[in-house]
Amino acid sequence: MERRASLTLIRGGRVVDPSRDFDATADLLLEGGRVRAVGRVELPADCEVIEAAGLVVAPGLVDMHVHLREPGYEYKETIAGGLAAAVAGGVTSVAAMPNTRPVTDDPSIVDFVLGRATAAGLANLFPIGAITRGLEGKELTEMGLMKEAGCVAFSDDGRAVVSGSVMRRALEYSRAFSTLIIQHAEDPGLAGCGCMHEGLISTRLGLPGIPAQAESSLVDRDVRLVELTGGRYHVAHISTAGAVAAVARAREAGLPVSCEVTPHHLALTDEAVMGYDTDAKMSPPLRGAGDRAALLEGLARRVITVIATDHAPHDRDSKRVEFCRATNGVIGLETLLPIALELVRDGVLPLKECLAAITCNPAALLGIDRGTLAVGAPADVVLFDPAEVWTVDASRLHGTARNTCFDRRRVMGRVKLTLVGGRPVFREGI
Amino acid sequence: MRSTAFTEGSGSEMIAGNSAWSKKHLLGMEGLTREEIGVILETASSLREVNHRDIKKVPTLRGKTVINLFFENSTRTRTSFELAGKRMSADVINFSVNASSVSKGESLYDTVANLKAMNPDVVVIRHPESGAPQFLAHHLDAAIVNAGDGRHEHPTQSLLDILTIDDNLLRLGRTEFSGLTVAICGDVLHSRVARSNAWGLATMGARVRFVGPPTLIPPHAAEVFGVEVHHDMESGLAGAEVVMMLRLQTERMQGGFLPSTREYFHYWGLDRRRLAMAAPEAIVMHPGPMNRGVEIASDVADDPERAVILDQVANGLAVRMAVLYRLCGGGRKG
Repeated sequence: MERRASLTLIRGGRVVDPSRDFDATADLLLEGGRVRAVGRVELPADCEVIEAAGLVVAPGLVDMHVHLREPGYEYKETIAGGLAAAVAGGVTSVAAMPNTRPVTDDPSIVDFVLGRATAAGLANLFPIGAITRGLEGKELTEMGLMKEAGCVAFSDDGRAVVSGSVMRRALEYSRAFSTLIIQHAEDPGLAGCGCMHEGLISTRLGLPGIPAQAESSLVDRDVRLVELTGGRYHVAHISTAGAVAAVARAREAGLPVSCEVTPHHLALTDEAVMGYDTDAKMSPPLRGAGDRAALLEGLARRVITVIATDHAPHDRDSKRVEFCRATNGVIGLETLLPIALELVRDGVLPLKECLAAITCNPAALLGIDRGTLAVGAPADVVLFDPAEVWTVDASRLHGTARNTCFDRRRVMGRVKLTLVGGRPVFREGI
Repeated sequence: MRSTAFTEGSGSEMIAGNSAWSKKHLLGMEGLTREEIGVILETASSLREVNHRDIKKVPTLRGKTVINLFFENSTRTRTSFELAGKRMSADVINFSVNASSVSKGESLYDTVANLKAMNPDVVVIRHPESGAPQFLAHHLDAAIVNAGDGRHEHPTQSLLDILTIDDNLLRLGRTEFSGLTVAICGDVLHSRVARSNAWGLATMGARVRFVGPPTLIPPHAAEVFGVEVHHDMESGLAGAEVVMMLRLQTERMQGGFLPSTREYFHYWGLDRRRLAMAAPEAIVMHPGPMNRGVEIASDVADDPERAVILDQVANGLAVRMAVLYRLCGGGRKG
């Protein structure tokens, strides 16, 4: 074991902590794995010092939508591999979706997953339990017991909860435990055999499309069910103008409805599928320019309050096939921060709001004590250089999988140091 | 120019349009220039003569290897390519992969890796998934010919259709494609032939219409292809000089696209009465195989005055010879 000073001072960085509306040059003092002070700090004795001049010092990022493939699909990515990708991207807390094999639909699986994460000793893992047993959309899981075991939300992600009555009961029952229901909003009947967004490009490529209404119609219905039940409802990876409008109406009406958007839906459109690039295939699909504009506007208007990656690692053989036969999903943990920072560059969000969408906002929805540098909070911290320009290289990422849709993209903003509980878990160049 | 003889011996310098073809692959009609289409048409016209000789063979592609890689049953397209290669003296190998062996586990990538070891000059691929030819082009050094991929493109069908229309321009009272009205009718949504022809005919200057039930017209077709869209045959055929009927896959009933073949023929089938709505000399085309009584009435299909369906087949051979020739570097200088 490395012997460490119990005190760490991160000195002279631009501390941005949206949870406390704080943005100033300051020192950050960590002690015993927690934040002890923020501001001007006299250098104490026996203290490790990290010089942060020119860097942004922010709460470690919180990604509320990640697929870790263990148990069951370790050949795609292990928990340790996924968490290595997380900390390389400055992400210190991930919420892991339950579509593993077996499905996280039982407290024993929750225990297993948490044990693996502890053994990896990298980012914090917060499991999301299945809404229905086996993700079959029929019987509810033991939400109370699973929450006690550590689940922070419930979702059948990868599949929609299609049945209106099951969704109604899920929203009702979840109220007993004040937990969040996350919907993968896509009507499978309407999506049919579609393998990309239905639009100009799908017609050009001769690929069956998925209309935007496959998403918006289900969000419309679910919002009605929130009216009926009062359950807390969250739309995963929102991708269409129609669904953003439905969420906006619900929020204006005061309903407990929220949503998240992925970096790839913010940065790319269905144009990326040209050439049949299977690394641009995911669910929901990359949409048209009008939908993308609505997502950016939804962020700017605070209808969308969270950016989450939907990190979905896949092995090479799942992607090196004909487009329609390729598996859905792209990885995103290591590119979350630079793609989010493009929103700042492009004037969509100020830096503090942008960081809120990847720190305190998702933490608040999940009810976890993360994404903040408040005194006493766990010392999960990321230091990044907001001005460093670099080129994404799929072959040099830190996780197991390589299926990024941002390969060779020039991006700005690079993680230099990631601390989890005050412990450095990723360091690059400082 | 069309009468240029394709002489025995190397002969390649006798073929017109030497400089305008520079593409490595033929993946689709989208993106081909008018000049490039012209090169193939002229080459095909020159090569047609070979098919009427006593000894129907020229040595042009001797030593070249052409692999026909067919993942869908298509006797006519495969034999057309096979014969085209053989008449040019290429070594032609047919590699048919039926769906069952794919389901037993060999991926397209593994199939491609096996082909690579054979070092072919041209691979002709027919595949049920759109984009499979692009996949091959990405992983193989050979020239790739798309012989039909999913609902995406079928460029040699479009080229032979354009050649067939070109042969009939005079009887339509025209000297060029510019202003010619072509109605492509039926199941456009699932048709790679319709897509390739929409691109190719538009490039040639023709006015293209898609005619069919709303469930069988691709989304945003007018915007993507610059075509007119009609949902009734009356307006769709009015004044059309070329009527191109598409095959209706009978399994479309299961997909909920149509209620019955009876209703389909009633509203969108081509019979004498409907053909009379088109231009007086209008020609009738069909990429085959036909469903008589579903999309086309037998008496129209068999009418020698109007139907040019068998001319399409003959031109298919010449066009495929031309494509193999050009992709093997024929006529390229230096």
